[in-house]
Amino acid sequence: MLLISCPNCGPRDETEFHYGGQAHIAYPENPNDLSDREWAEYLFYRENTKGTFAERWVHSTGCRQWFNMLRDTVSYEIHSIYAMGQSRPDITASSPKAEPEKPGEFTQSGDYGQAGDPGLAPGTATAPTSSEGV
Amino acid sequence: MAETATPSETVNRVRGARRSPAEHLAEAFTSGSVPGTVTLTEIPYQAMVGVRVDRTSDAGARVAAVTGGLPAACGEVTGSGSVNTLWLGPTEFMVVAPEEAHDSLGGSLVGDLTTALGNDAGQVVDLSANRTTFELSGSHARAVLEKTCSLDLHPRVFKAGTAVSTELAHIPVMLWKTSEDSYRIFPRASFADFLGRWLLDAMREYASPEVP
Ligand SMILES: [Zn+2]
Repeated sequence: MLLISCPNCGPRDETEFHYGGQAHIAYPENPNDLSDREWAEYLFYRENTKGTFAERWVHSTGCRQWFNMLRDTVSYEIHSIYAMGQSRPDITASSPKAEPEKPGEFTQSGDYGQAGDPGLAPGTATAPTSSEGV
Repeated sequence: MAETATPSETVNRVRGARRSPAEHLAEAFTSGSVPGTVTLTEIPYQAMVGVRVDRTSDAGARVAAVTGGLPAACGEVTGSGSVNTLWLGPTEFMVVAPEEAHDSLGGSLVGDLTTALGNDAGQVVDLSANRTTFELSGSHARAVLEKTCSLDLHPRVFKAGTAVSTELAHIPVMLWKTSEDSYRIFPRASFADFLGRWLLDAMREYASPEVP
């Protein structure tokens, strides 16, 4: 169970929220100019990121407000929660984290043992060849 | 000559025809309550009005004049006496008042709120039939709620006079702590039976002597 800090209501169980998919997908400026393929890609094509992912959530059973979250899809660690309309925060400086900041929080990094893997942080992915000699 | 019912007769007939969502559990609530320890009752037919308005706007100020304030943040409850307003969201509120406040029973709450909003952005919706009210009180009321509520209900965190929308027994409710030992729970009507029985079950152990 994730413990998600709603910007309005504070920390609540994951079951109070609903997931809204990938964040920062802008509505096309001129939808009529799009080909069927481009329109389909706007509607249905989403990243399937392994690592830090910007996504939308709504506090369904609480304030019913939407917000953005930067979450690690491997460790489930929540890096950042920010308002709708705000741009994605740059967290490369503070991550990767080898350990959860506050032990005892509902992070599952221990179960996966990969939270600190630098290869999972954005912008720091190592070239595939680098692991061949290991 | 046709006989015409007086307005009060009509009101009383309407009142007599109503069935509250947990009415069939009234006896079970009484027998399942442990006086002095934990008691459960339904407070049926309260007038409830859903309001959506920007509380910092002119319309918000006019609505606040009717309700006795609009809460500014999660947990806050405004109003004094019988009309209270619970915070549901930054621009969403629930006004709770006794049934007499309802326009169909001689009150003017819904009409007054509608007039206050006027043609400005927002909405005033009569939600009186949407939820019923349970009152859970007694020294063990918190212990009963803690069996299912994942929020911290300790008095140092959850203070009397605050209300939150959250989940009890996996269903969405408003939970309002009205005093140190008393809570009002607002489940939607269709969940009233389930939640009533769930609470009765959770209360059952307190009817027996504590196992040392
Ligand atoms: Zn919230």
